[in-house]
Amino acid sequence: MEAEAAKLIGAGLATLGMIGAGVGVGNVWSAYFGAIARNPASKDEIGANIWIGFAVTEAIALFALLVAIMLLFVV
Amino acid sequence: MATESTDAEAGHAEGGIPDPMHQFEIHPIGGKIELGGLDISFTNSSLWMVITAVLVTTLLMIGMRSRSLVPGRLQSVAEVFYETIANMVRDNVGKEGRAYFPFIFTLFMFVLFGNLLGLLPGSFTFTSHIIVTFAMAIVVFVATTIIGFAVHGTHYLRMFFPHGAPAWTAVILVPIELVSYLSRPISLSVRLFANMTVGHVLFKVIAGFVILMGVAGVVPFLFLIGITALEILVAILQAYVFTILSCVYLHDAIHMH
Repeated sequence: MEAEAAKLIGAGLATLGMIGAGVGVGNVWSAYFGAIARNPASKDEIGANIWIGFAVTEAIALFALLVAIMLLFVV
Repeated sequence: MATESTDAEAGHAEGGIPDPMHQFEIHPIGGKIELGGLDISFTNSSLWMVITAVLVTTLLMIGMRSRSLVPGRLQSVAEVFYETIANMVRDNVGKEGRAYFPFIFTLFMFVLFGNLLGLLPGSFTFTSHIIVTFAMAIVVFVATTIIGFAVHGTHYLRMFFPHGAPAWTAVILVPIELVSYLSRPISLSVRLFANMTVGHVLFKVIAGFVILMGVAGVVPFLFLIGITALEILVAILQAYVFTILSCVYLHDAIHMH
């Protein structure tokens, strides 16, 4: 197999790592909605923290995307 | 051959598709300066760091010049920045965190304005380079480790063995905790760098579609408007997350869980 072909296949496979992060990001807001459904008064307090949870989970997705981009353009 | 080399200089891959990685190249401005084998020339990255620092300083100085009790517009902006970060430090680090407020505030403003200024067309996002974000993250990591040892002494090593766990779990738990602790500067720096890089690569790729599709390029152009809005959110969010995670690490160092 040529190196170029292997790079492109590898880049495609690397993006599969974002599946887990997608589920994780969905969990953040699912928990948020569940929490404010049970206790609407906690909306502001939790609302400030969901962004941190989102950014930390999203970072994992970006690690996978970064590998894909590095394979396409850098290697 | 001639078109190939000029294409590569202008940032195009073969076939005229714009090369999205060209925007991250560092060029010296005003000639290359070398000192003892190291390249210390003033680059486009340094230029935008200077612009960021000058902008932040000017905003805060001019904003707070009129010290009215009921703030005007510019003073409100300066006060909102100050209060947000002061509250963040107080809520996440506690009263002892007050001493570290200037550092956290500088970190936040530098990353925030660096990210936002990178969104201007034709500018350079200095936070999209791993060395810049790693330098900031390693400073936070080394500082919090030193603070942890300064406050707690060797008792700080208890951080890697949570209180109340059975002694036999130490064999598995200590390496896991150690690796998770050592991965902090890496995750902190890569999160910011990856977000900025990926955002700007996305811009260039979609912009390439706009140009290539001619009249039908309106569709990717509208998408690009949405992506720009998302990137503004990401720029602000990533600055906020970098800062708040630094505050959390500081809290861990001072209070130990």
